[in-house]
Amino acid sequence: MFRRSEQDKRPQLQIFVDGVAVAARQGDTVSAALLASGQDARRSTAVSGAPRLPYCMMGVCFDCLVTIDGVGNRQGCLVPVAEGMQIEIQKGKREIGR
Amino acid sequence: MPKDYDVAVVGGGLLGSAIAWGLGRLGKSVAVLDEGDITKRASRANFALVWVQSKGLGMPAYTVWTVQASQAWGRLASELKQQTGLDVSLQQNGGFHLTLGDDEFGQRTELVKRMHNQTGAADYKMEMLSASEVTKSLPLIGPEVSGGSYCPLDGHVNSLRTFRAFHTGFKAFGIDYLPEQPVSAISKDGGEFRLTTPKGELRAAKIVLAAGNANQTLAPMVGLYAPMGPTRGQIVVTERTMPFLPHPLTTIRQTDEGTVMIGDSKEDELDDRTWKPSISGVMADRAQRMFPHLARLNVVRSWSGIRVMPQDGFPIYDQSETHPGAFVACCHSGVTLASNHAFDVARMIAQGALEPELVGAFSASRFGGAGAANNSGY
Repeated sequence: MFRRSEQDKRPQLQIFVDGVAVAARQGDTVSAALLASGQDARRSTAVSGAPRLPYCMMGVCFDCLVTIDGVGNRQGCLVPVAEGMQIEIQKGKREIGR
Repeated sequence: MPKDYDVAVVGGGLLGSAIAWGLGRLGKSVAVLDEGDITKRASRANFALVWVQSKGLGMPAYTVWTVQASQAWGRLASELKQQTGLDVSLQQNGGFHLTLGDDEFGQRTELVKRMHNQTGAADYKMEMLSASEVTKSLPLIGPEVSGGSYCPLDGHVNSLRTFRAFHTGFKAFGIDYLPEQPVSAISKDGGEFRLTTPKGELRAAKIVLAAGNANQTLAPMVGLYAPMGPTRGQIVVTERTMPFLPHPLTTIRQTDEGTVMIGDSKEDELDDRTWKPSISGVMADRAQRMFPHLARLNVVRSWSGIRVMPQDGFPIYDQSETHPGAFVACCHSGVTLASNHAFDVARMIAQGALEPELVGAFSASRFGGAGAANNSGY
């Protein structure tokens, strides 16, 4: 759905999405990296389980909720990626204690 | 020519809605006169417990009334579901009151003893459990939990959806819901009550004053008495999380949709537009000492709301001697007692007489003018 600009010369780094290595760029937000990855990054909502992707990309809509390094319900659009970051696509409600 | 009603219910909160719905269910023509959205709506400030344990110390009749309500709730939930399609998520698998440390455990044990020793009270099987016994039902409690009391009749419900179900039911029963119509005067003329509102006059054969704290000013207009005082409560709400709390507690419950509600502060304040972080801080701290996992959850909302509290904490139901056909109803536990209001109180109002064996103890004549101590007890 999204293609990276050829003028984007930022250095690459590696993150993991549900255990699978994915290439990202320094300065990407988690949501941007997920959308650019071409992978199915759809979470499911907490009550009805409807599929959702990041939408507003500016911290307002909460449709980008994702588990980052073991912490659930993080807003992926507000968190910059880091080398080796572990991302889990969150299905449903946040788990207690995560 | 204004339409005449069998009954005009003054107050569209949970109490007035339950009674109005119950009257509509019996085929009565009913109008519900309500205020607007900015009034201090106690029905939106509730904690949604259908609660039995520890209620009624000092008034055994209240234990009987509460147990009856708990037992009738299943029927209310299923009738609402059938009529409106709305599932109010009633869960009645028993509830806990947890204690932190030995002192609190001792105090709670004393309370359970005093409840058991009260003659004329319903035995609602409230018992003290040690921390290791509590763990069997609530495996995620923290090390500071010293135990708690348990009552198998306790439960909770989605109270906002219950409220919506009543209002959906209004339409099915042909009940007229009339917002922005506070009542400023009531008179009786030729066997009919006339209620003055900003949008004109409304007439009804009977009236039910169910206006929460406003009952204090409305009741004397028709020879009734409703000594009450509002109290303020604060609630903290977390983001949704996977189900981890299989039973409701007096101060913590997990809703059917996954949010955790932490609550039940009581303050002598009337302003619901302010909020004290220090109080919510204590509530949140106690909650995370009971369930350490809660510490990781984000709080998404916190608010304060005004609640209704009759002077001694117990409900008031009365019919006026000087103005027969005028009834007053007020209580603190509008969620727990909703089933009784929808079935029994509505039936008695439709019949025109409150049954002394059922609600005689709740007449405001018990106050005898002077105020008694607040003794409702949680």
